[in-house]
Amino acid sequence: MSGNTATLSPAGAAIAPRRRNYARKYWMFIVPAGVVVVGVILFPWLFTLFMSTHDWKIGGGHTFVGLDNYRKLFTDERFLWSVLRTLYFTAMAVFFPMVLGVAAALIFNHKFPLRGLARTLFILPMMATPVAVALVWTMMFHPQLGVLNWLLSQFGIPPSMWVYDARTVIPTLVLVEVWHWTPLVMLIVLGGLASLPIDPYEAAKIDGASPLQSFWHITLPLLAPFIVVALIIRTIDALKAFDTIYVITQGGPGTSSETINIFLYLQGFAYYNMGYASAVVVVFFSMIVGLASLLLWTRKRVKA
Amino acid sequence: MFKITRRGALQGAAGLLAMPALVERANAQSAFDWKLAKGEKLEVSLTANPRSVILIQNQKEFEDLTGIKVGAEQIPEQQHRQKFAIEFSTGKPSFDVVGISLHVNKRQVGRAKWCADIRPMIADASMTAPDFDFADFSAGAVAYSTQADGRMDTLPEFADPWIMYYNKDLLAAKNIAVPKTFDELYTAAKALTDPSKQIYGFVGRGLRNANVVLWTSFLLGTQQRDTIDANMKLITDTPDAVWAAETYAKLMRECAPPGSIGFNWNECQTSFMQGRAAFWIDGPGFAAPLEDPKRSRVAGKTGYSVAPAGPAHHHGALFGNGFGISEASSPARKKAAWLYLQWASGKANQVRYLAGGAGAPARQSAFRNEDATKGSNFPAQYFTALSSALQIARPGLPEIVPVTEFRDTIGTGLTNLIGGADAATELRKATEAFRPVLEQSERAS
Repeated sequence: MSGNTATLSPAGAAIAPRRRNYARKYWMFIVPAGVVVVGVILFPWLFTLFMSTHDWKIGGGHTFVGLDNYRKLFTDERFLWSVLRTLYFTAMAVFFPMVLGVAAALIFNHKFPLRGLARTLFILPMMATPVAVALVWTMMFHPQLGVLNWLLSQFGIPPSMWVYDARTVIPTLVLVEVWHWTPLVMLIVLGGLASLPIDPYEAAKIDGASPLQSFWHITLPLLAPFIVVALIIRTIDALKAFDTIYVITQGGPGTSSETINIFLYLQGFAYYNMGYASAVVVVFFSMIVGLASLLLWTRKRVKA
Repeated sequence: MFKITRRGALQGAAGLLAMPALVERANAQSAFDWKLAKGEKLEVSLTANPRSVILIQNQKEFEDLTGIKVGAEQIPEQQHRQKFAIEFSTGKPSFDVVGISLHVNKRQVGRAKWCADIRPMIADASMTAPDFDFADFSAGAVAYSTQADGRMDTLPEFADPWIMYYNKDLLAAKNIAVPKTFDELYTAAKALTDPSKQIYGFVGRGLRNANVVLWTSFLLGTQQRDTIDANMKLITDTPDAVWAAETYAKLMRECAPPGSIGFNWNECQTSFMQGRAAFWIDGPGFAAPLEDPKRSRVAGKTGYSVAPAGPAHHHGALFGNGFGISEASSPARKKAAWLYLQWASGKANQVRYLAGGAGAPARQSAFRNEDATKGSNFPAQYFTALSSALQIARPGLPEIVPVTEFRDTIGTGLTNLIGGADAATELRKATEAFRPVLEQSERAS
């Protein structure tokens, strides 16, 4: 062993200086990427942090206020309510697409007549532009003239106020999200199902396992990494949801569908409180990073 | 059947070649050189509305007249307000001319001095066409365009007074007269409401922010009239303010379609167009689709009148727009921009606004142009209502910088009222929430 080490060491000694030369000679090749990272990611971040410590108004001056914006944020009832609403919305807008998406993937994994056509139709909502989708749903939600209440009336069900009532607005917005994004979950999980080995199922069949037992003890554990990927994507998307909510309700009625994103948008671009809005960005970003890290940690655990 | 001959072709070509010279000679006769900024390129940023459509449709007329190339955009109202404020704040906006909602952005634009003072341009005979006729603009519109320090940083475009639309058939069916006061409006609306037939006596804005203007329409009829006193203090929780809120709430709760809490002008317009609402108080620029038989069930059946009177005063809420010239533009572009302003708010375009049902032009001469109103698709009653409403109009929103925040804060209270909350409590809460915002803003002014 020692002899080997002795013979390798001269070569190793020869390689080491060359490596250092690479680093010295070719560092400029990373400059373009470095400039992009600094200009597009780092600088905006530092500037946002800088603005968040100022009372910064568009069309007015700006003065340093330290952590006042953050202090104000954590005592601002409207912001705190927007956090709760965001969590409520996200929980539902993740849960239902996940359950329905997994169920749809299991169905589409089986062969049946016109499966290809049905699968194409199922993923159509995902291809639509969110703003266009939101405008169409807005028309359908109209309490007197919308098609949804007409459909309910055909079954003798009393009309709903949909997004025009503080009590039903968030569940209704979740309905749009479910319609729009369940296909994405289905596609991810379907991809996972296609990659599953058949041997464990054959072994389970020989051992007399029921289909439910096969699903619970084989399919679900093997699919878990794919489900977690879908869960991460869906959670981040739901937290960031803006376009649909803004187009359909603008945060109303009153503030009953005002999520953090809508609150942030209003502070920044309707009230021009850029300093305060920047503080919201920092807090919101920290929340998303925290949640995403938690989910990634969960994914690692699942893989292990 | 026409046959193209060689002689005819030569005559046509000669005529086309002579056209620019003829246009120039016609301009020379007016002793004003419209081509003084020939070759310039202008960027114009407008709010998306029927008026901007008219300007963009006729833009070639300006380009031919001046030799200036125009790149015009029109952006939905709220996004446009944000865009120009953000671009102005960068110091290098992408536009030279901008349409500004004076009822929202006047103080903001004035405080930051984003737009050039146009008074020297008006006074400069070498830059202003002799038939520009500044005195033709209504005094109210000029006042709206003038800042507190006397600077005039926009040229008036329109001054819209809110009016009342009503469904003639629904009123006739129950033999109900057009109400003259808000109390009569409530009584009439209540009598006309029949949920079993999905007919409602009244429809109005319930959506947060948008709804504040309907509330101020009622407030304008009280002794107090305004939302801010002479010392720039909020007076939005006074007995008059509460009366206005209660009037708003009872009309919206008892006489408006379910779901009105989320209605902006477009939902109101849809309900009214479908014949589901008897009365609608809103801006006059929303009339065009109502008179379109292909889209509306109330075409030819819509009545127009001034907004009803309150217990102490009779006004209609006033909203206005003006065109500003970016202070950041080069002198040559400012010159070209001033020519654009003269054309855009010129007499011809103002008549087009009125005849097209696009609201109330800022020039008085448009209302005197009988040919334009006679040739319009709108009934004479529309023009009469508009003209009468202008005479009693008064700004519907306070002249403060944080107008949007004011509308959001008070508007949230108003939506709560529709849901059954107490008017005095909601207004007190909203006033307390907005007072520090206003005080901070006024300290910065």
